[in-house]
Amino acid sequence: MQRFANPGRFMRLSDGLMPWCAAGAVICLAVGLYLVLFVAPPDYQQGEAVRIMFVHVPAAWMASFVYGFLALASAVALIWRHPLADIAAQAAAPLGAGFTLLCLITGSLWGEPMWGTWWVWDARLTSVLVLFFLYVGYIALVNGFDDPTRGARAGAVLALVGVVNLPIIKFSVDWWNTLHQPASVFRLGGPTIDKSMLVPLLIMAIAFMLYFAALLMLRMRTAILASRVRAARLGEIEPMPEPSARPQAAGSVT
Amino acid sequence: MDALTHYLAMGGYARFVWPAYGIAVLVLGVMAVQSYRAWRRQHRLWSALEAARPQRRR
Repeated sequence: MQRFANPGRFMRLSDGLMPWCAAGAVICLAVGLYLVLFVAPPDYQQGEAVRIMFVHVPAAWMASFVYGFLALASAVALIWRHPLADIAAQAAAPLGAGFTLLCLITGSLWGEPMWGTWWVWDARLTSVLVLFFLYVGYIALVNGFDDPTRGARAGAVLALVGVVNLPIIKFSVDWWNTLHQPASVFRLGGPTIDKSMLVPLLIMAIAFMLYFAALLMLRMRTAILASRVRAARLGEIEPMPEPSARPQAAGSVT
Repeated sequence: MDALTHYLAMGGYARFVWPAYGIAVLVLGVMAVQSYRAWRRQHRLWSALEAARPQRRR
C-alpha cells in the first residue's frame, strides 16, 4: 500500500489506469442507458416512473461509498500523515457532494408521483440531506484556513466524526418507520428485485463507480500537478540560499 | 411517430422521468467539465514553467 502511495508513482500508475476507467464508464453508461430506457420493463405498480430508480439508486450508493472513501482517506491522513491521503480525500469530496445532490433531486422527482410529495422529513431522506451538508461542510472547512495543512487536518476530523451518519443512512429504513422503502438489493436473503431490473441497475452502478474512479484520478493528478507548480514557483521567486551563507546563526548559539 | 410520442410520454410520468435523467446528465457533466478544466489550467501553468526552466539554469 505504502509503495503505491507516493505521488510520483501515483502519477505513473494513474496515467495508465485513468483512460481504462473512463472508457469502461462510457461503455457501461451506454449499455446501461440502453437497457434502462428501452429494455427494462415498467413496474407493475409504479409503471414507467420506476425508471427514475436507475439513476437514483446508483447515485445513492455512490453518495455513501464516496463518503466512506473520504473518511478512510482522512483516517490515513491523520494517522500516517500520508501525502496522497489528503489529496485523495479533497479530490473525492466534491464528487461525493455531486452524487448526493443527484440522489436527493431524483428522489424528489420520484417521490412526487409515487408518494404524493416532493419531500418528507423521514429518517432516510433527512440522513441523506445531512450527508450532503457533511460534504459541503468538509469542503468549506478545508478551504477555510490560510494554512492548507490545518484546513486538511480540520476537514479530516469532521469527515471522521461524520462517519456515524453512514450506518444511520443504511439502517434508517429498518430502525424507523419511514416513507422510504427498505433495502431491496443489499439485504439478508438476497435481492427482492427482479433480474430484468437488477441487471440494468447493477450495470448503471458499475458505470457510476468507474466514472467516479476516473474523475477521482484526474482530480488527484490535478492536485499533485498544482503542488509541483507551487513548488517550482517558490523556487523561482526565492532561490535557496547558498549552504555557506547559513550556519552563522547556529554557530552563535554554542 | 405515434410509437415515439407514446414512448416519450413514459406512461404519463414524462415530467418526472425525463427531468431525472436530465439532472443526472447535468450533474455528471458538470463534475467532468469542472475536473477537466482544473487539470487543463494546472497543465498549462506547468508547461509554461517547464518552458522557462532552461533559461534559469546557470
